[in-house]
Amino acid sequence: MIEKQAVVIGSGPAGLAASIEAAKRGVEVLVVDENSLPGGQLFKQIHKFFGSADHRAGIRGFNIGQDLLEEARKNGVEIWLDSAVIGIFPGRELAVEKGEGNGNKTLQKIKAQKIVIATGASENAVSFPGWTLPGVMSAGAVQTFINVQRVLPGERFLMVGSGNVGLIVTYQLMQAGADVAAIVEAAGSIGGYAVHAAKVRRAGVPIRLNTTIKKAGGQEELEWAEICQVDSSWQPIPGTEETLEVDTIAIAAGLKPLIQLARMQGCHVEFIPELGGWVPLHDKNMETTCPGIFVVGDSAGVEEANTALEEGRLAGVAIAEAVGTISPSRAILEKEEIWKRLENLRLGPFGEHRLLAKKKIIEEGNRQWKRE
Amino acid sequence: MEKGVEIIGFPSIKELQEYGLYPSEERFSRGPVVIVECVQEIPCNPCEPACNLGAIKIGEPITNVPRVNEELCTGCGLCIAGCPGLAIFVVDKTHAPGLAAVSFPYEYEPLPEKGTEAEVVNRKGQVMGRGRIIRVVKTGKMDQTAVLTVVVPLELADEVRGIKRLQRGWSHGQGK
Repeated sequence: MIEKQAVVIGSGPAGLAASIEAAKRGVEVLVVDENSLPGGQLFKQIHKFFGSADHRAGIRGFNIGQDLLEEARKNGVEIWLDSAVIGIFPGRELAVEKGEGNGNKTLQKIKAQKIVIATGASENAVSFPGWTLPGVMSAGAVQTFINVQRVLPGERFLMVGSGNVGLIVTYQLMQAGADVAAIVEAAGSIGGYAVHAAKVRRAGVPIRLNTTIKKAGGQEELEWAEICQVDSSWQPIPGTEETLEVDTIAIAAGLKPLIQLARMQGCHVEFIPELGGWVPLHDKNMETTCPGIFVVGDSAGVEEANTALEEGRLAGVAIAEAVGTISPSRAILEKEEIWKRLENLRLGPFGEHRLLAKKKIIEEGNRQWKRE
Repeated sequence: MEKGVEIIGFPSIKELQEYGLYPSEERFSRGPVVIVECVQEIPCNPCEPACNLGAIKIGEPITNVPRVNEELCTGCGLCIAGCPGLAIFVVDKTHAPGLAAVSFPYEYEPLPEKGTEAEVVNRKGQVMGRGRIIRVVKTGKMDQTAVLTVVVPLELADEVRGIKRLQRGWSHGQGK
């Protein structure tokens, strides 16, 4: 049995931030990631990030990923790639299928003083007749194709969903040389930031509100999509059908937290629609109702990379405090700083519902915590 | 058609004016000036340090809508590539009699060549005519966001915000 002070599951922005902050403060950290490359979704993000100018805003996502990896290595963070955590057991014991770099896997057992779950989120599916045809895929998959594998999976796309993912991937598709026939959005308003919408609008992409995908077809692969308008209860309005010639449909219908490991441990979860679905409760240190198990980033409620980074930093500081490598008085000050930034990131019409939802999680988390 | 930014996907001039983000005609008459087309409270502030003259302010909290001091702005355009949302433009209504120059961010390949003509588009992507590209700037500091300047008839200065993306495979010398 290997012993570690902290094991972080997932090397996206939240997991890396937690690792870096804990390691910087003298904690011995191991990061485990099931992917062959670290960075989570960061290396797919070729656009300049929003956020605070003091915190890498204006830098492209993949460059932020590069910086974080370098910082992690500099601070002695150990990273296991191709390695999946297959279970967490009582006493904070983890079973890991460790990739040995030669295609082989070994089963490793680790006893961790602290565990950080930073597993991210998975994309929601939308099903319709024809959705299993080759050429129908998630927006995240499209983004991996074009920005990581450098393969354009189609020439003419329909994007389903106008949240930031749908808008950004639409833009990146055009940068990759594809055309996007339209973005359809079942709601009555655009979900993502207007500046992202404006970029695709001036590139000539219509954003069709109150409109959804009805069905899709083609001989052996996708050739057309039928869209239609929906009423205020999202029911199709007969007679409004329209056929678009497209060879690929990308689905950007939101994300839900990946919380299987937290659930397996028995962490209390609540259904919080504002944060994507079932979310583990946590306190102001990002610690779940299972002592010593932390949850950060999208797996603690779907938000964005900047909040993921800050939540990771919080957990990193809290772990250093708990392990005893920094004093509680220093930790309080550092955590307060991070909380201030986090709350600022959650202001405005796009953030305030998440701010309230997070407050609810923490209140409820504290209540559940005390019960145990 | 003033339906709001979350319906049409871009701010109308009326919305920009309501936020004090559209320069006065008096200011336009004195030369190039910035237009920050960002009217939503989103957590983002790199435009603030992008201006050396302090003409763009966000302050606290970070979700404030930018405020522009048109008197401090010289229309230098350094802020254009600094906006991750590609929402900053510089319009010069004094470029030449009857002509305006519109500078905008551009992140598509290939880049048009200076001196060539391109189809100019409005905020909806509709082609409004053709315009000559008089400047193409892309330095290392701009991190792959080029800034193009296109000359258009003065009456299109409030409408034109870009050019139609050039087809991939387009080579220099074509499209002139």
